Amino acid sequence: MPAGLIESYPFSANRYDEMLSSRGEAREHWAPFAERLENFPDEALIRRAEFVRNSIESDGVSYNVYADPKGTKRPWELDMLPLIVGSEEWATLSASISQRARLMNAILADLYGPQTLLSEGLIPPALVFGQHGFKWPARGVQPPGNVWLFSYAADLARAPDGRWWVIADRTQGPSGAGYALQNRIIVSRAFPDAFRELHVNPLASYFRSMQDSLARLAPADGDVPLTVLLTPGPYNETYFEHAFLARYLGFPLVEGQDLTVRDNTVFLKTLRGLRRVHTILRRLDDDFCDPLELRADSALGIPGLLGAIRAGRVLMANALGSGVLESGALFGFLPAICQRLLGEPLAMPSVASWWCGEAPALEYVLEHLDELVIKPAFPSMRMEAVFGHELKGDSRRRMIERILAQPHAYVAQEWVRLSQAPVWNRRLLPRSVGIRVFASATGDDYTVMPGALGRVAPRAGMEVISMQRGGLSKDTWIRADAPVVRTSLLKRRLGVIDLVCGGADIPSRLGENLFWMGRYAERVEASARLIRAALPRASSTDADTVQSLAGLLEAARGLGVLGDIDADDRPENIEAELIAALLDDKQPGSVASNLRALSFSASQVRERLSSDNWHALNRLEQLLSEQVTSTDQALSAIDRVMQSCISLAGFAMDDMTRDEGWRFLILGRRIERLEGLAGLISVPMSAEPEVRERMFEWLLEAVNSIVTYRARYRRVPELLPVLHLIVFDRTNPHSVGFQVDVLQKYLARSSRELGHPYPSLMIDPLARRLENFDLTRFEAEDCELALGTLRTLLAESMSVAQNLSDEVHRRYFTHTLRPMQLRRVA
Amino acid sequence: MTIVRYHIRHDTLYRYDQPVGESRQMLRLTPRELPGQHCVSHRIEIVPEPQRIEDFADGFGNPVRSMHFERDHDTLFIRAESWVELESKPLPDLAASPAWESVRDQLAYRAGRFLDAAMLEACGYLFESAHVRVKRDFADFAATDFPAGVPLLVGVDRLMRRIFHEFTFDPEATDISTPVTEVLENRRGVCQDFAHLMLSCLRSIGLAARYVSGYILTRPPAGKPRLIGADATHAWVSVFCPGVGWVDFDPTNALLPALEHVTIGWGRDFADVSPLRGVILGGGGHEPEIAVTMVPEDEFESLYTDADAPVASLLQV
Repeated sequence: MPAGLIESYPFSANRYDEMLSSRGEAREHWAPFAERLENFPDEALIRRAEFVRNSIESDGVSYNVYADPKGTKRPWELDMLPLIVGSEEWATLSASISQRARLMNAILADLYGPQTLLSEGLIPPALVFGQHGFKWPARGVQPPGNVWLFSYAADLARAPDGRWWVIADRTQGPSGAGYALQNRIIVSRAFPDAFRELHVNPLASYFRSMQDSLARLAPADGDVPLTVLLTPGPYNETYFEHAFLARYLGFPLVEGQDLTVRDNTVFLKTLRGLRRVHTILRRLDDDFCDPLELRADSALGIPGLLGAIRAGRVLMANALGSGVLESGALFGFLPAICQRLLGEPLAMPSVASWWCGEAPALEYVLEHLDELVIKPAFPSMRMEAVFGHELKGDSRRRMIERILAQPHAYVAQEWVRLSQAPVWNRRLLPRSVGIRVFASATGDDYTVMPGALGRVAPRAGMEVISMQRGGLSKDTWIRADAPVVRTSLLKRRLGVIDLVCGGADIPSRLGENLFWMGRYAERVEASARLIRAALPRASSTDADTVQSLAGLLEAARGLGVLGDIDADDRPENIEAELIAALLDDKQPGSVASNLRALSFSASQVRERLSSDNWHALNRLEQLLSEQVTSTDQALSAIDRVMQSCISLAGFAMDDMTRDEGWRFLILGRRIERLEGLAGLISVPMSAEPEVRERMFEWLLEAVNSIVTYRARYRRVPELLPVLHLIVFDRTNPHSVGFQVDVLQKYLARSSRELGHPYPSLMIDPLARRLENFDLTRFEAEDCELALGTLRTLLAESMSVAQNLSDEVHRRYFTHTLRPMQLRRVA
Repeated sequence: MTIVRYHIRHDTLYRYDQPVGESRQMLRLTPRELPGQHCVSHRIEIVPEPQRIEDFADGFGNPVRSMHFERDHDTLFIRAESWVELESKPLPDLAASPAWESVRDQLAYRAGRFLDAAMLEACGYLFESAHVRVKRDFADFAATDFPAGVPLLVGVDRLMRRIFHEFTFDPEATDISTPVTEVLENRRGVCQDFAHLMLSCLRSIGLAARYVSGYILTRPPAGKPRLIGADATHAWVSVFCPGVGWVDFDPTNALLPALEHVTIGWGRDFADVSPLRGVILGGGGHEPEIAVTMVPEDEFESLYTDADAPVASLLQV
């Protein structure tokens, strides 16, 4: 081992170093850890670094970077060395943070209420009404328990004199507490002995207090309160954290479309019905929360949410409009505001700042540009911080012009030399660091998480810390004076009670996507079969075949697979149309466009699909990129599609757990097949008697029963046996009767399990009519009358399929009422 | 003192391509009570019947009716009918208003300076909003009308007249998504665009101005009778003048609204006070058909011979 890991640490004595004093000695609260570090053999540290990396990988900790061309998910970056803060220092620091959270809450209460701060000139109107974050629809709202700000975070940096400064306030929906917890889980395992000996404060109690406070503050009206964590979805940069925190806290993770508002009350849509939601832990920016009153183009929100909030029926954590305090331009006004609202001095200073909207401040900024960092006063400007000393020539002139044109839009902050701490990269290297500290409301006060997310600049000499720019993180150890008792919300081992997977809350969205996945998978297969039957016939010169083709094309048009083409057209044109109906994903109803819809539904339920299932879907999607010019190529492409479709059907039956969600996949498949079959069979049954029988050949191919027919009858298809096989034979999975049978069975089961009435009137009469149909009527010479009855039956089957689809949606997915006028079922 | 009385009927009909299972609508169709404006009677008729109706005042004090539908429907018909009385008030003496720079300076922030309720309210209308920009281009455009020392309301009046003369009314040129910068560039648009343009100019030089949504009395072409449904909603601007209060200006018609403008409400721009705003589940193809009729009391009887015709007959048109 090279002597003196710490001795060789190239720390700089003129910067504040977290670990070493200016004389190069370990600070008191670091000493035990530094000593251990010194005594570790090299390999032991390498092994620990590997352990940290592997843990991140196996836990799937990730952070999405919007501009990352390599896809959205990027592994979380964690340095294995903790940042250590002594207990005395922490006591002061956490008291200051708690005060600041109280202050922020009081400011929100004032801005959305009486606005005395504005009328007394303590806060500039520009920083309120000029802020995009100020939400007019939230004016006058009185949140439960007067808690506007439930979670708060502050970014802190240490000034060269060793004092902590606030460099940013996070009031919208602060992220990072979950990452801090994840960091803790990993780093405490990498250094278990040191962790124990240093009496590091545990984090679990903070999260428990969050749970308790949410339950206490919720407008429960006597219910057991339900809290959900609202996420924008998997594309959000901190989605991993949303999922992790939801699991850790035991709150359902929901997107806007999982919730609905009825009678000014928020509900979670589950397959079992609506469950009232009392508290929303919000990680979705307020702008997107209610398309009715906020951003109209938002598809992520919950229409009517503001109505429920105004009625005091739901606690928003944080309140809509809380983001208005995230501007650094407010810093200069906080000391006076604190005195006014809390009657006490502001405990922790913010970094010195000058809001250019005030003439004297503007003057100062222009004179001292080199010592300052220019930032937007309105975070919605999305402008990066600009270091005054880096501005030369033209860019300096332009910046000054911009500031002069709209002074109130800029704020200048003192250029802070951040403190440094060692990171491990086969040796110790100094990097600029800061911490994000978290607080959450307990009612009248705030509790501060005894830990922090350590944030490290990505490169030496770099002074900007940003996770979006590739920053590194650290676990932060707050030392306690005495040994601490450890608890965790994560159960060490699962008990029998955990074996039932919270079935009560399967979100409707999951059922809906499975349902449509079933419908589209079936539709892809059915339309591919139809094109496969049509293609060889299109080039045929045989008169009978040409005549039967007309019906086939009509059927394809009726099912929306083909556009309106002229059956008298030349064969080449028909072929081209058929190939387009296969591959053109811009053409509605084509195999390719149904495939796109299938992939979309499948991607929404990805976590429920096995990797083999997923691969079959991927193979299907390859169809979209195929180059097909000839009929032969088209036919072989169809064969590959069929193969994958058959795999998917197999997975549906044999690969997925048969829970409440799965039932909807099968319902979707059966409803789709019922509608498709009935529509297809109707075509020959409506044709002139002389062409009808010539259509049976392609009909049997298209409904996938040709092999069965040949095996049973070994002769040319005839009306009675064909109808028996594909309409009435309940042993044939490709018959109308089979679909009705299975639908009855699954609907009955879903009704029982999910507690909804079985839609008997919708399906039982059809089943009875199928069963009671007198097939001997087709033995007669003239069976036109019997065919008329059959056509009615097929039409009824199609409308039953459509009505059931509507009913399933209404009852299980959207939870809306039936229309006033019942549609005619028969 | 003159009092005039108008009847206003504002019909909106949505025909959806597919049944809508769930829908929420927010209506701002109720004229505000104001000095000089009194709503004698008002009712809103809705077909189909909503599952829930709620009335409240929004952040700007405008009356709002919010509705929730939970049943399939393929049309939605909304009729707002109001009898409104307007009372003439003396127009402000434009030349007697304070110099515009002094107004600007009073509205600018100075630490510790107390703002009275009127000033505080005005501060809400000083900055950018969804359809109003604060930019040098707009300040430059306004500069001609606001030389040093000109009384505030004289400057605003000049700006209004210049917009009226230099811009062409052209319903084809813009839609609601056309940015106000483009309106400035192309010099064409409708009342909404001119209001947003004038607001941008005024706020860009540091003045407080708000968007007013309402109705205006129109005159049928010479020799032609007044027709039902021939009118439209209207928009104009209101400027804050310390000591005087809010003064309305209509850039589309180059006049100060008096006895022919009925105010529904106001906000920072159109987005805050759009008469109808909604979110539907399902549906599609839902541009509404809108018919507005504003008629003086003495013409009411002759115009509405079918005044009591049931709404249902309208739906079948």
